[in-house]
Amino acid sequence: MATETAPAPTETDGAHDHPAHLEHHFVSSKQQFDSAKLGMWVFLITEVLLFSGMFVAYAVFRQWNPEVFVAASNTLDQMWGTINTVVLLTSSLTVALSIHYIKQDKVKQCVYYLLSTLGLAGVFMVIKYIEYTAKFEHGIYPGAAFDPHGAHYEHLAGMAAAPQFFSIYFVMTGIHGLHVVIGMLVIGAIAFMAWRGSFSSEWYTPVELTGLYWHLVDIVWIFLFPLLYLI
Amino acid sequence: MSTTTQDAPVEDEAHHDEETNYLNHDTGIWSWLATKDHKRIGILYCISLAVVFLAAGILALFMRAELSAPGETIMGNETYNQVFTMHGILMVFLFLVPSIPAILGNFVLPMQIGAKDVAFPKLNLASWYVYMAGAILTIAALLTGGVDTGWTFYTPYSSTTGGGVLWMTAAIFVAGFASIFTGLNFIVTVHKMRAPGMTWNRLPLFIWGIYATSIVQVLATPVIGITMVLLILEQTMQIGIFDPALGGDPVLFQHFFWFYSHPAVYIMILPAFGILSELIATFSRSRIFGYRAIALSSVAIAMLGFLVWGHHMFVSGQSAISSIVFSLITYLIGIPSGIKVFNWVATLYKGSIWLQTPMLYALSFLFLFTIGGFTGIMVGVLAVDVQLHDTYYVVSHFHYVMMGGSVVALLGGMHYWWPKITGRMYNETLGKIAAGLVFVGFNLTFFPQLVLGSRGMPRRYANYAERFAGLHELSTYGSWVLGAGLFLILGYALWSLAYGEEAPANPWGATTLEWTNVAAIPDHHNFKRTPLVTRGPYDFHLADEVFGGGDGEALGDDVPRIPEPAPSAPTEDDTAASASA
Repeated sequence: MATETAPAPTETDGAHDHPAHLEHHFVSSKQQFDSAKLGMWVFLITEVLLFSGMFVAYAVFRQWNPEVFVAASNTLDQMWGTINTVVLLTSSLTVALSIHYIKQDKVKQCVYYLLSTLGLAGVFMVIKYIEYTAKFEHGIYPGAAFDPHGAHYEHLAGMAAAPQFFSIYFVMTGIHGLHVVIGMLVIGAIAFMAWRGSFSSEWYTPVELTGLYWHLVDIVWIFLFPLLYLI
Repeated sequence: MSTTTQDAPVEDEAHHDEETNYLNHDTGIWSWLATKDHKRIGILYCISLAVVFLAAGILALFMRAELSAPGETIMGNETYNQVFTMHGILMVFLFLVPSIPAILGNFVLPMQIGAKDVAFPKLNLASWYVYMAGAILTIAALLTGGVDTGWTFYTPYSSTTGGGVLWMTAAIFVAGFASIFTGLNFIVTVHKMRAPGMTWNRLPLFIWGIYATSIVQVLATPVIGITMVLLILEQTMQIGIFDPALGGDPVLFQHFFWFYSHPAVYIMILPAFGILSELIATFSRSRIFGYRAIALSSVAIAMLGFLVWGHHMFVSGQSAISSIVFSLITYLIGIPSGIKVFNWVATLYKGSIWLQTPMLYALSFLFLFTIGGFTGIMVGVLAVDVQLHDTYYVVSHFHYVMMGGSVVALLGGMHYWWPKITGRMYNETLGKIAAGLVFVGFNLTFFPQLVLGSRGMPRRYANYAERFAGLHELSTYGSWVLGAGLFLILGYALWSLAYGEEAPANPWGATTLEWTNVAAIPDHHNFKRTPLVTRGPYDFHLADEVFGGGDGEALGDDVPRIPEPAPSAPTEDDTAASASA
């Protein structure tokens, strides 16, 4: 580690005319794009496993208390659930369209579709808020605070595993909702960057990755909706 | 080699600008804290992990001191509970899980595959910061009353007891992300960043080990993450998933916990397998026996490792059918492990064995890991486990695997790559003495514990019956020998940083790229020119091709023949020039 001389001035990687987005340790844009995409897929696998723990908890407690789970599930509002499913599926379409348009250098359409995705995600969260407050009003809280009252909920008070159902419901939809909020922040940032002209058909990796993430958020809901609301 | 003159040119063609390397091309504390260089991040991890290992090791010495005689010797029961808990948590979650991938994987992996860096350098740096956040939360746990649950956090005790459990579980949740980031980075790097000609069958076996580890990290760690989140919610909101008093299921917690924590054992041991393959091949001067068998057995262990978690729960009340299935799959793990040990021994056979310090650790590993593996099969036997469960037999078994396997391999790897990391040689004589102390001390500490456990000494107790006193005393003496060996290593490692002999580019005559194509202290970008890989990683048998034509040069016993560097891959300029010509 002897430092006889001052550090050499910045050594450049030769005089190649790299595209601005290409980082020095990649050989080509294609390698960089493929790496980013593979990395995102691996990340999505970790997300699936994160949710898998909660799905297992759901399966175990449902297996032991099928009647309680049916009774508790019936108190969830299927109408709002269905609307939210449609909203989220539509938002998956819009985010896919934004990728489609940026590939054709249609920046304006890309921004519009990103913003509509953002709007739909907002609608989803508002509906979730309505559902949550409707439950809280009747004393349906996760965990120790569980104290059901009111016409549609009183029968849950005597059921042994009803608190578990709602704990699982709030934890699963809560963590899913957290993913929606994170997705909204990311989509907002990406839309802003797209509007500033950061992306083109040459380089749209962040748009593509955001789309992949958003599809995962959607897919998790596709499983949550029937398990919690329908069966 | 190059001992008399200072700064003697090493075996490196481009020695004109060898003054700049990754250590001195940019200086100052900020150049380290904001570095995206995988080599520097490896060193950041190395320093952090060394501190954790020191702290957890000192806790172990305190435990052994308390256990040196029956009754209270140096600490009370409450303190003892906290000490063994912190020893376990620090060693498992904050030291062993990150250890080899984060230090040596970070430093060596990109160089071994001929890449300039890992695929996501910023994520790599983020991994270290996330790890440090986990370490800070651990300190917060200590300040808020400590943890005495044992490293396994079994419910309902962990969800109802106060103190620092909340902070500790948060620390493990956070530190898990560091592990995920590293694993994700390495998977993508191995898939996408290999140099031209570096096919999957030419990957050094260390890469295969790290690759298999990364798969486990990515698949298992999220599960401990959600488990810790649920445990935190159980503590704060009593969500009733794990606590039987609230209608929850404590065995479900054990399933979740071991679904991560058993694969986590393979996170610890698979990279150790990788290091061992490098050491055995290099210091036997022979081609590794059964390359594909070693490579794929790592992947097989990674996969089977996900299907055996239930063997921690034979006496927890899971169904008999489950226990039988988990027990059978546990036996299966013995097959790929046995393949590995067989292949390493077969590599030694008729090799030209060079007993340098790293090789001593490799041979220690073979011995210790084999004991660890066989005792593992024994506790995987249903009937035997009922007797041995929660005794010192189990303690000793997993120390033979984790310490005798992972830590010994890490020590071997650190000695092996020390010249490349620091540019200095360590003191070989002291190195051999320390390796001997570690080996003797380790066996003296843990072999008596196998006997203790089989005679019924339960784990996690600060006190014990008079009849166990002799073996416990022996074990405590062993811990002193082991501690002396480890402190000796710390001492001469620090000494070598300042006064060590300058290392040549390839002191071991190894054939992998980080030795043949990288300067003594690596350049900031690793390679002057991207190498073109034309042969397998351990082709010692291709004497002329690997070592150059025989020039009749006489070499001493201690001086290995140095393999020639791999040729450079054509760049865009070259191809453009040849196309236009």
